[in-house]
Amino acid sequence: MKTITTDFEYLPATTVEEALDMLSQHKDDDYKIIAGGQSLCTAMKHRLIAPEYLIDIKGLTDLDYIKFDEKEGLKIGALATHRSLEKSQIVREKYSVLCEMEENVASVETRNWGTVVGDLCNADPAVDPAPPLIVLDAKLKIQSKGEERTVAAEEFALDFFETTVQEGEMVTEIQIPVIPPNTGVYFTKYSQMLGDYALGSVAVLITLDKKKEVCANARIGLAGVDSAPVRAKKAEEVLKGKKITEALLAEAAEVVKTEINPVSGIEGSEDYKRELAGTLLKRVGKVALERAQKA
Amino acid sequence: MKRELNITVNGESYNFFVEPKTLLVHVLREMLGFTGTHQACDSSSCAACTVIVDGKAVKSCSILALQVNGKEVTTVEGLADGANLHPIQQAFIDNWAFQCGFCTSGQIMAAKAFLDENPNPTREEIQMQMDGHICRCTGHNMINEAIRDAAKRLQSREAAKKLPAQKNLQSHKWAQTAKSGKGA
Ligand SMILES: Cc1cc2nc3c(=O)[nH]c(=O)nc-3n(C[C@H](O)[C@H](O)[C@H](O)COP(=O)(O)OP(=O)(O)OC[C@H]3O[C@@H](n4cnc5c(N)ncnc54)[C@H](O)[C@@H]3O)c2cc1C
Ligand code: FES
Ligand code: FES
Repeated sequence: MKTITTDFEYLPATTVEEALDMLSQHKDDDYKIIAGGQSLCTAMKHRLIAPEYLIDIKGLTDLDYIKFDEKEGLKIGALATHRSLEKSQIVREKYSVLCEMEENVASVETRNWGTVVGDLCNADPAVDPAPPLIVLDAKLKIQSKGEERTVAAEEFALDFFETTVQEGEMVTEIQIPVIPPNTGVYFTKYSQMLGDYALGSVAVLITLDKKKEVCANARIGLAGVDSAPVRAKKAEEVLKGKKITEALLAEAAEVVKTEINPVSGIEGSEDYKRELAGTLLKRVGKVALERAQKA
Repeated sequence: MKRELNITVNGESYNFFVEPKTLLVHVLREMLGFTGTHQACDSSSCAACTVIVDGKAVKSCSILALQVNGKEVTTVEGLADGANLHPIQQAFIDNWAFQCGFCTSGQIMAAKAFLDENPNPTREEIQMQMDGHICRCTGHNMINEAIRDAAKRLQSREAAKKLPAQKNLQSHKWAQTAKSGKGA
C-alpha cells in the first residue's frame, strides 16, 4: 500500500492574504504548497519529497475563478480546476483551444480536483496547458507578501520539475489577452493512451493579414520534447510574412526539429520525438490555418 | 498533530481527529468502515477509489482527508435505497459489467456523478468520461452498455416521478385499452 508516511505540519489558508503571510513566515523552512495534491500527494507517497510544512491553498475560494473581459481577456485564478476550464461556456466561446486541450488531460477525476496552475507549477516537461498558453501569449501572476510580478508562460518553467517560483512566492493567476481577429489556434498531443502525459504536443497560433492571404503572425509552443515546454521562435519566422502552404509548414517542421532537445526514454527515442514534433507541427499548423481563414 | 475533521458520508455527519497525512480513502475504509471504496494502484492511475465529493467524482487515494473538511462524500454504500439497488448498480448486474468487481464501485460512482450531470450521454461521451477507469477483467464495452442502460432506467424513473400517481395509472389503463382495442 502506497501512502504518505512522514508527518508534516498542516497549514490551511482561506484567503490569499493568509496564504502569503504563511509563505513569508515559512520562507526559509522546508515547506510545500498543496493545491489539489494530484501531483503532490503522489510525490509524497513515492517519498520523492517529505516537506515539514504543507501550506494548503485549496480553500482559497477567492482564487477559484475564470473571468472574461473584452478588453483584458481571460483570467484564470490559481484554484480553478482543469474541469472548470473545460466546462466554462465563455472559454469554449472565446478560447476553444483551451477546452479541447483539457478534454485530454489525465482523467475526469483528476481534472475535478487538480488545478491548471498546479499542473503548470508541477512543471512536468509534458504539461498540456503550457503550449496553448505559450501561443496565446499568456502571463502568470506571481505574488509574495507585498510584492507581485508577472512572467510570460514560455519563461515560467525552467527545467524538469523546476519553475521560476521562488521561496515565499505563489502563482495567483493566469492572464490571457484577447485573441486578435483573423486568428486560428489549435493544439494536439500525442500519447499512447487517452489521458496520459504527452510524448509530444504542439500548439500553433496563426494570424492572417486583412485579406486573409499572408501570415501576419505565428506562434508555436511545444511540450514533452525538451526539459521544459518551449516556444519555437525560429520555426515561427519561417511562417511569418508568407502565404502558408503545406510546403511551408513542412519547412517549419524541419526547423522545429533543430530547436528542441528531446530526451530519450522508454516511450520514445530522441530522434523519434524530433520526428513527432515535426509531424505534429504540420498537422496542427494546417488546422490553425483553416481556423484563421474561417475566423 | 491531529486535526479535527468534519465530514458527511452518505448523509451522516462524522466528527473526529486525524493526522494531516491521512488520505480520504483511509478515512472511508479504515476509520468509518466504508470498504466498498477500493484501493488498487494507490497512485491516481486506475480510479478504483473514486467517490463523489460535493457532486464531483474524485480519486480518494490522492486527496488529503482534511481537504474534504466540511464537505459531503458519497460512496457506493450510499446508493441503494434499503434493499433496492440503485438503477446504476442494477444495470451493472444486468449487463454483466463486472467480474471480480474490484473496479466496480469506482466505475459506478463515476457513472453516478456523470449521469447526474449528463442524463442522456452518447457512447463516445461515456468513453471520454470513463477513460481513467481501468478494468482488468470485464472489458470496457459492457461497462459502457451498462451506463447507457442505467441512463435509460434513470430517465424512465424520472419520467414516472413527474406524473402524478393517479394520472400515471390512468394513462397506463388507457394504454392497455388502446392496445387491446388494436388487437380486436
Ligand atoms: C494519473 C495522472 C495523469 C495525469 N495526466 C496529465 C496529463 O495528461 N496532462 C497534464 O498536463 N497533466 C497531467 N497530470 C497532472 C495533473 O494535471 C496535475 O497533477 C494537477 O493539475 C496538479 O494540480 P493540483 O492542484 O493537484 O496541484 P498539486 O499537486 O497540489 O501541486 C503540484 C505542484 O505545484 C505546486 N503548486 C500548486 N499550486 C501552486 C501555486 N498556486 N503557486 C505555486 N506553486 C503551486 C505544489 O507545491 C506542487 O509542487 C496527471 C496527473 C495524474 C495523477
Ligand atoms: S487507487 Fe486511487 S486511482 Fe488507483
Ligand atoms: S471487474 Fe475486475 S477489474 Fe473490473
